[in-house]
Amino acid sequence: MASITADSSVNNPISSGRAVARQLSDRAIMNLFIWPTLVLLIAFNFFPLFYSLFLSFTNYRATGNTAPVWIGIENYATILTDPSLWEAFTTTGRYVLFSVALQTVVGFGLAMLIRGKFRGSGLVTTLILVPMMLSPVVVGLFWKMMYNPNFGYFNYLVGMGESGQLDMLASRFGNQAIQGIALASVILVDVWMWSPFVMLLVLSGLNAIPDYLYEAAAIDRASSWFQFWHITLPQVMPLLLIAVLFRTIEALKSFDLVMGLTGGGPGNQTELIAVYLYRVAFLGQFRSGYSSALAYIILIIVIAISNLYIRNLNKIKGEG
Amino acid sequence: MASFAETGPRRPVVESIRVDKVSPGARTTGAVRAMVVVIVALIMLIPIFVMLATAFKSRPDVSASPPKVFFQPTLEGFLYLFTDRAIIAPGRMAEFQAKADAGAMGFLERLAFDTGQEITGPSAYVGRLTNSLIVAGVSTALSVLLGTLAGYAFSRFNMPGKDDLLFFILSTRMLPAVVVTIPLFLMYRQMGLYDTHLGLILLYTVFNLSFAVWLMKGFFDEIPREYEEAALVDGYSRIQTFLKIVLPQSVSGIAATTVFCLIFAWNEYAFALMMTSERARTAPPSIPSMLGRGGIEWSAIAAGSLLFLIPVVIITFALRKYLLRGVTFGAIRQ
Repeated sequence: MASITADSSVNNPISSGRAVARQLSDRAIMNLFIWPTLVLLIAFNFFPLFYSLFLSFTNYRATGNTAPVWIGIENYATILTDPSLWEAFTTTGRYVLFSVALQTVVGFGLAMLIRGKFRGSGLVTTLILVPMMLSPVVVGLFWKMMYNPNFGYFNYLVGMGESGQLDMLASRFGNQAIQGIALASVILVDVWMWSPFVMLLVLSGLNAIPDYLYEAAAIDRASSWFQFWHITLPQVMPLLLIAVLFRTIEALKSFDLVMGLTGGGPGNQTELIAVYLYRVAFLGQFRSGYSSALAYIILIIVIAISNLYIRNLNKIKGEG
Repeated sequence: MASFAETGPRRPVVESIRVDKVSPGARTTGAVRAMVVVIVALIMLIPIFVMLATAFKSRPDVSASPPKVFFQPTLEGFLYLFTDRAIIAPGRMAEFQAKADAGAMGFLERLAFDTGQEITGPSAYVGRLTNSLIVAGVSTALSVLLGTLAGYAFSRFNMPGKDDLLFFILSTRMLPAVVVTIPLFLMYRQMGLYDTHLGLILLYTVFNLSFAVWLMKGFFDEIPREYEEAALVDGYSRIQTFLKIVLPQSVSGIAATTVFCLIFAWNEYAFALMMTSERARTAPPSIPSMLGRGGIEWSAIAAGSLLFLIPVVIITFALRKYLLRGVTFGAIRQ
């Protein structure tokens, strides 16, 4: 045995000793490079989630001094039969639906518009992208100022300024309360902020469409409408889908913007699910058990959509 | 019969061979389109112009109705943002007047005096901004460091379940902040990390880590392996190769990742709101609660927002090549 090993190392000095050492050190380096990251992520995500899974079956309150008491699925049962929660879910659903749909349309439109290069188009494109890089809570605040019924610019821009009757964030026109204005104004800001995101993705899709497809279509005298439906749209679809999924996830989680703009008000008209959760978990009674259960329900919804998103992302990556 | 010189193109066609791109109709359409784009961009930037204007308005100008488009610019907003002030007692007015006449007043002091106030000290916002800088800076350095190492490992080594690991890493980014914060809040309180810089730094590091790993992996994937293989054959160790060959080539990638992480940490609101109260609170959760004696101090809020916005705008321009990569976690490269 010993002689064989010795022989091979004599015959092939590079592949034996050094190669083995390198293999080992590769493995060691890999572990060294990856584990700090994994440990941190597990400690700050997995572990807390297990803890809150446990809490969600208890009646624990962070402000009380009593230890958590196991109450089974009572929290979940309470949540799923609580009308105020369903209201928050409905509001969130409406918010996600309208804001993502509008962003898609506006973003797509912007991309189609900006597609042709002209002098200074790079500068303009970047300027349009600025809103999405801003802090949502700061955006919420300065839009709050824009919407102010007395000195805000918004009412003047839409021609409602002189009367001073329209109060977007209070959902009121004069003395009349109109349901939905406040939510619409939050949606408007979200669309303002995130349409550029859709635009950015669509634009990269548009730029990747090979010219010869359009040339062939032009030779066949295809109408521009036909070209749009049969070339542009299908080619851009994968990226558009990614944009829509990503925005759906983000809109579901939407918190900062609403906090800056309305804080959930007036009443609970703009109380999205994340804001509701924040209120039960951190304000007033600190109902940790109950809010953990609610958090889990939201978590499951978000994970389901994220799964779709990441799968699509991987598909695009495979192609590109 | 018209000759070719009359009907043919006057200049050689160099832009495109496509008929629909060089016809006069297409050219005017293009010009109109460019104008529409510029107009749309201007409309989209209105809120930012408004903020810019408000930051330099005096208190009566801010709440003028209808809003003033033209006004006398002042730095009052910044004064309110950075200082605590008190109204000068009538008895002491002469003393201040004398000081002002003697030219012994600093710029801010003078500004305060003009509105009948004296500065009593720096405002809480100064501390909050410092906290923001510390937390964003340290957490970014940590997440880029760890993200670069892990990104390299994921790019170059094969391991069982690599795709699942990467999926797990990205999925942590998708979790809603409020959901993770409930158990973390209880843990932090127990460990004494609540309202500390360290606690927030750790949280932001983790928050940005998944992003940094994905982005860096994308950048490393683009560097040809041949360089490293050549270096390995030449007798470099894996670590030497990484330090001397790979890292220098990924400088722009690391820079882009750093800047993205900085922006995210700089803008972050939800964690800071729930995990801090006084000592470690950063700027974003404190801008909304900036109240003056006459209700909400809008010019101070605008000034604070403006200071927050300027670095972000500069960075957006510096990063425009990488924006797409950044927002898709490095998956789409253009």
